[in-house]
Amino acid sequence: MRKSANIAVGKKPSVNKKKVIHTLKRVLAHWELYLLLLPGLIYIFIFSYVPMYGVQIAFKNFRPSLGIWGSEWVGFKHFLRFFAFPDFWPYIRNTFLISFYGICTFPCAVIFALMLNELRNEKFKKTVQMITYAPHFISTVVVCGMVLLFLNTSYGLFNNVRAFFDLEPIKWLEEKAYFRSMYIISGIWSGLGWGTIIYLAALAGVSPELIEAARIDGANRFDIIRYVNIPTILPTIIIMFIMNCGSILSVGFEKIFLLQNSFNLSVSQVLSTYTYNIGLINAQYSYSSAIGLFNTLVNISLLIIVNMIVKKVSDVSLW
Amino acid sequence: MKKAKNGAPIKQSKIDVVFDVVNVTLVTLITLIIIYPLYFTLVASFSDPTAVTLGQTVFWVKGFTLEPYMNVFKNSDIWLGYRNTIFYTVCGTLWNLFLTLPTAYVMSKKDLPGRNWLSWYFLFTMYFGGGLIPSYLNVVNLGLLNKPITLVILGGLSVYNMIVTRVFFQNSIPGDLYEAAKIDGASEFRQFFTIALPLSTPIIAVMSLWYAVGRWNEYFTALIYLNDPDLVPLQIVLRRILIENQSAASMASQEELALDPEMKAYYDHLKHMAEGMKYSVIYIASAPLLIAYPFVQKYFVKGVMIGSLKG
Repeated sequence: MRKSANIAVGKKPSVNKKKVIHTLKRVLAHWELYLLLLPGLIYIFIFSYVPMYGVQIAFKNFRPSLGIWGSEWVGFKHFLRFFAFPDFWPYIRNTFLISFYGICTFPCAVIFALMLNELRNEKFKKTVQMITYAPHFISTVVVCGMVLLFLNTSYGLFNNVRAFFDLEPIKWLEEKAYFRSMYIISGIWSGLGWGTIIYLAALAGVSPELIEAARIDGANRFDIIRYVNIPTILPTIIIMFIMNCGSILSVGFEKIFLLQNSFNLSVSQVLSTYTYNIGLINAQYSYSSAIGLFNTLVNISLLIIVNMIVKKVSDVSLW
Repeated sequence: MKKAKNGAPIKQSKIDVVFDVVNVTLVTLITLIIIYPLYFTLVASFSDPTAVTLGQTVFWVKGFTLEPYMNVFKNSDIWLGYRNTIFYTVCGTLWNLFLTLPTAYVMSKKDLPGRNWLSWYFLFTMYFGGGLIPSYLNVVNLGLLNKPITLVILGGLSVYNMIVTRVFFQNSIPGDLYEAAKIDGASEFRQFFTIALPLSTPIIAVMSLWYAVGRWNEYFTALIYLNDPDLVPLQIVLRRILIENQSAASMASQEELALDPEMKAYYDHLKHMAEGMKYSVIYIASAPLLIAYPFVQKYFVKGVMIGSLKG
């Protein structure tokens, strides 16, 4: 027995060696491919993985003179400081509410795609698509610029129209109550048309025979949408929904930052803008990194949880 | 019903006709609402700025003038921003293609040893990242703060775009072509350059456009990493004009001017002109994209559709 065991043990390395040599040969046979991959690999390493290594400063007192590695460990000090911060809950609430309203607009693109899909006149449909996709190409800075122009208290379009009806001008930009609506409505304007593309692509996959059969059975247009079109694009809808939920705490920094002013700060300060202010304006690197890391972890957890729930309910999932 | 069985078109029921009317009306309404801000901005940019501030240009141009455009053209900051943005867009997009195409091509090879691991290497970065400050410190360490090349190098490879390109390589180029080339003794490099690249003009078009639009509209990276006024891209200049409201007119103090009626009239004109210029600035900055957009729209749409295949 002992002998045979020895033999077995003795054999193993040679088998492994063969395997290793075999793999090496396969790798070497493809050396050109690896060389082609190299720029992408290095790029991602430098600009994605090196910053991940830098995340450790969230647990340290970072001092530029000591470097990332040399700075002193302080554990969860910065996290605890953030949780104890009086504005912690207000900021979480702001971030969550803006995202939540954003997610509430999620069905808009689905409904609009279903409507576009029912248009019979191809030329009309093409024109509508052409027009509604256009705002997607307008930069965030310009979109926010337009919002500010239209809502200007003394010259803006909105107040001019109100004046025409003898209504008092409203100080849109100075009332914090309007901030979220501004953010959400301008978001719908930019994204509605563009958001339909993915659903229209899915709707193109609905089989004409199925619709034909449903019509023969006496289904009207509503029935076809309800029982044929929506079930066909449901997996696409679910995937898009999961992705949306995963970014619930990473609301678009750019637009909020641009629309923020001293009047609406109490509703417009979100985690990402706070991270920016603390980190880049006040140079509290470690504290800011801790907030950023907290934000990322919440996002990932939400993504995983939503994905798990949806998987149980519908069999569709990201992974 | 009987007609249907004979293959003739099914008669529209009343509910279907009502549906069509309501649907077309709603779609028309939504489209008008979406185009109106762009229309209004265009009309306002060609109108007398005072008429715009008084709300007389809601439907059509009033007091046609090119003065706001002329004033914008005289603004050297806009031109500098334009020049910088063109440089960042052209060089940046080339850099994007250089990184995206070979990476996507290699990742499309199913028999590549270690492909699974490599796939996760890229995918992981889509879900987890260092965050703002570690990224910032990294760029500082690399000596890329305030360099002309900074905005070109950063944002070099979007993993999402790489995956879309990979799906294209997998689905649109028949594997037999590679096999045939292999038998003829073509190296992997040759296969990439003489088979894959020439057959992938659609995806190259899609990627160039996606990246170029992103580059043209980029402002956050510039906000963080550039503060040299000679290097700032157009979007930063736009932010100064549109959001931070910087113009010659706002320099004079109102109380001072209120004392002198002539000066006040002049000041009002300046103030209105500053507002009017904003409308023209919007069009001057967005013009390249809005003009090119109808011609290249199909490529953008194509990209989204390829992207949805993986879902």
